[in-house]
Amino acid sequence: LITVKHKSPLYFKINSELFTLTYGALVTQLCKDYENDEEVNKQLDKMGYNIGVRLIEDFLARSSVGRCQDFRETADVIAKVAFKTYLGVTPSVTNWSPAGDEFSLILESNPLVDFVELPDNHNALIYSNLLCGVLRGALEMVQMAVDVKFVQDTLRGDNVTEIRMKFIKRIEENLPAGDE
Amino acid sequence: MTVHNLYIFDRNGKCLYYNEWNRKKQAGISKEEEYKLMYGMLFSIRSFVSKMSPLDSKEGFQSFQTSRYRLHYFETPSGLKFVMNTDLSVSNARDALQHIYSNLYVENIVKNPTCILGNSLDSDLFSTRLDTFIRALPYYNPRTT
Repeated sequence: LITVKHKSPLYFKINSELFTLTYGALVTQLCKDYENDEEVNKQLDKMGYNIGVRLIEDFLARSSVGRCQDFRETADVIAKVAFKTYLGVTPSVTNWSPAGDEFSLILESNPLVDFVELPDNHNALIYSNLLCGVLRGALEMVQMAVDVKFVQDTLRGDNVTEIRMKFIKRIEENLPAGDE
Repeated sequence: MTVHNLYIFDRNGKCLYYNEWNRKKQAGISKEEEYKLMYGMLFSIRSFVSKMSPLDSKEGFQSFQTSRYRLHYFETPSGLKFVMNTDLSVSNARDALQHIYSNLYVENIVKNPTCILGNSLDSDLFSTRLDTFIRALPYYNPRTT
């Protein structure tokens, strides 16, 4: 971990190849450990969730974005601020459902998958599934229960990478348990 | 001019951290009861302010004062609540609370994998840096008793 003093810069650059290689090493090791694509997908989601619940605090601290008024604003902040800050890419927000509770993020490029090709025996592997967990965990901490999944993936032969996000419900604030 | 004390609550109402620098009078109840009382009051006052305010307000509840002290409140969208009591000479402690969140809590607690979120804050680094920060505030100047 890199320790920072009082004022940490908004971005500090690390080599993006190091990042891609590190993520690749992580997925490779998970595949060896679990030998089952579905299980690896689950682990990636879980790890992503644990990252997301912390990353949101860093995001809020750095970006001084306030509470979003609605799901549309949330989508814009995710695409234009969060993705930009952490992955250096800005997906486009499209395919809104009529009810306004579902949308897609279309990624032209995905830094996690630079130079990656999926081998033939891993057809069910969702390589970047960590991202789904991150988004789910982060949004849960700001009172939103969401479902996040990849619906298109360039690694699996699709033209674009598409993440579908669906709003499930608002998580209400609870008063702590009263006296017994 | 002085800072009396500071509470940090998480989104579930649990008091993660409390410290005092210049508190002349205790509440007369156990610490657990005190934290519950503080949190319950904040919950009610935030709800009251958002319902009863005659004007549109984006920020919501931020502070109240009595004839002797002022309570400053800062809440993050992630539900973390920072409460600081100061004397009346401090009109706005929002920047200080924001700093405590962004630079102390996030850097020393959130980014420390051994600190489990939801547990009481158990980081010497955090406590020391927070203490240094409070004592360095321009309005911190405890009167000797």
